[in-house]
Amino acid sequence: MLSVFRAPIRESVRVGGGGGRGADGDGQAVFHRLRLHAAAVAEVARPGQFVHLRCALPGQWDPLLRRPLSVHRINRGRGEIEVLFRVVGRGTGYLAGLAEGDAINLIGPLGQGFPTDLADGETAVLAAGGIGVAPLVALAEELAGKGAPLTAAVGAQTAAGLVAVDELGKVAGRVATATDDGSSGYHGFVTDLLAGLLERVARPVVYACGPEPMLRRVQAMVAEGGPRVRGYLSLEARMACGVGACLGCAVRRAGPGTAYYHVCHDGPVFAAQEVVLGG
Amino acid sequence: MADLGLAFAGLKLKNPVMTASGTFGYGREYGEFFSLKSLGAVVTKGITLEPRAGNPAPRVVETPAGMLNSIGLENPGVDRFIEEELPALREAGATVIVNVSGHTASEYAEVAGRLDGAEGVAALEINVSCPNVDQGGMTFGVDPAAVAAVVEGCRRRTRRPLITKLTPNVTDLTVVARAAAEAGSDALSLINTLVGMVIDPATRRPVLPRGVGGLSGPAVRPVAVRAVYEVAAAVDVPIIGLGGVTTAEDALQFMMAGAAAVAVGTAFFVDPVAAVRVVEGLSDWCDRNRVEWIGELIGAANPGFKGRRPGRY
Repeated sequence: MLSVFRAPIRESVRVGGGGGRGADGDGQAVFHRLRLHAAAVAEVARPGQFVHLRCALPGQWDPLLRRPLSVHRINRGRGEIEVLFRVVGRGTGYLAGLAEGDAINLIGPLGQGFPTDLADGETAVLAAGGIGVAPLVALAEELAGKGAPLTAAVGAQTAAGLVAVDELGKVAGRVATATDDGSSGYHGFVTDLLAGLLERVARPVVYACGPEPMLRRVQAMVAEGGPRVRGYLSLEARMACGVGACLGCAVRRAGPGTAYYHVCHDGPVFAAQEVVLGG
Repeated sequence: MADLGLAFAGLKLKNPVMTASGTFGYGREYGEFFSLKSLGAVVTKGITLEPRAGNPAPRVVETPAGMLNSIGLENPGVDRFIEEELPALREAGATVIVNVSGHTASEYAEVAGRLDGAEGVAALEINVSCPNVDQGGMTFGVDPAAVAAVVEGCRRRTRRPLITKLTPNVTDLTVVARAAAEAGSDALSLINTLVGMVIDPATRRPVLPRGVGGLSGPAVRPVAVRAVYEVAAAVDVPIIGLGGVTTAEDALQFMMAGAAAVAVGTAFFVDPVAAVRVVEGLSDWCDRNRVEWIGELIGAANPGFKGRRPGRY
């Protein structure tokens, strides 16, 4: 049976970013991290899965829909999970306004996570665009715990959009960074850094999360790599139920004819060649 | 404890709370949260003769206290539904109402015919009100003669009770309601979603690929209550009221307007056990207000109510 949980907030902190709230005004990204006590969720959560969070008080119905946020970190010993998100609208604004001691209405963990069994000789190559770094931290922690070889690259539009790079670095070693405007790290796209990593690593397993244009490029790079390269993408979608009932979060299946997967239930993690993005 | 059971239109419901088609899949997902036996009935996602892939993404967008959807009747087709989905619903002990859709009147009738032979189908809900397909659906539901033709076609192919689900996107809902009742519909469901649109100024395009989608959620509730109130004063067939039901108080509004039962839909997306809470809330409310049988409340706020009163379970 699945349950709806009431998870007390243990920590609520704004992370990085510039001045105003959200992406409006100065265009600076604002990120927020919540640490929640939800032992039953932490016990079974896997990297790449998500939790579906209610963004209104009990008895209130606006904003209506839950927000799906990937599991950012898992601490089974303390029965805690963390979520890291960009504050972009009313739902994430509500979540960012919650304080330690408040509680959050949560369903999860939901969806299919990242496969983390690497064969001998394979190396995990993590690539994140912007807030796409969120699920990759939990993934890196699990991979590092298994002793898997691991390398990572993170990109954003500007330096202010780079988030959780230090957390990732603690388990992934050196993290290469890229910004579109050159304000931090390599001047260009994270996929340029990924291309270099794919050349240096004998048998890469790519784990990517970020905006759709980035993921389309990663898909192409995995395909060009042939059988030497495996790849997994974590997708974002407009979602209502989160459990596979409403069929709202469709993504095209690769292959002949028209058929759809549902991101909440079949994903959010897909093998790179399974899906057609932007269709 | 108050008696919540009702019998009408050939249906026996242990309580007046159902699921709204399209919000509950075929019961598998929310069956993980609560027993499907605890509801009056489960109304399935719409079924067509052939499988349908549905519409491209995005298919949903949030609106104030509501949402638009443009799923496009994604479903496995009637044969696979009977083979792969119906047995689990039956085993879960659910009272199953199958929502039927199609491109043409003959397709509706064919689906109804195939379901007539299937075990564990309590009734069919004829969906002449889906706004998210180019043919069929709402294109029938806005035309009283077309509604009558679809209902008559289904009536000839099945002995099961027929419920016709109507669209509110018409000038006078009572005209369509009468046409459905006279054509042999045993009950009516109202309302399906309201046609709406959201435009993204940044892209200068509607967010949904077909432009329009169906508006649901608490935002539509007053429209739905009004629709039930008007139709309940115009026809005598039982009405299933839906549109933004989130709590027992909402359900009571629909019943007092003249609905014999209600369906919970979009609220599941917010609270997976919303319908169970509505059942519990109705029981508590009746106890507090010394209502022995919930059927007493049907039409209580509607002086023009002309429906036949349901029987006890």
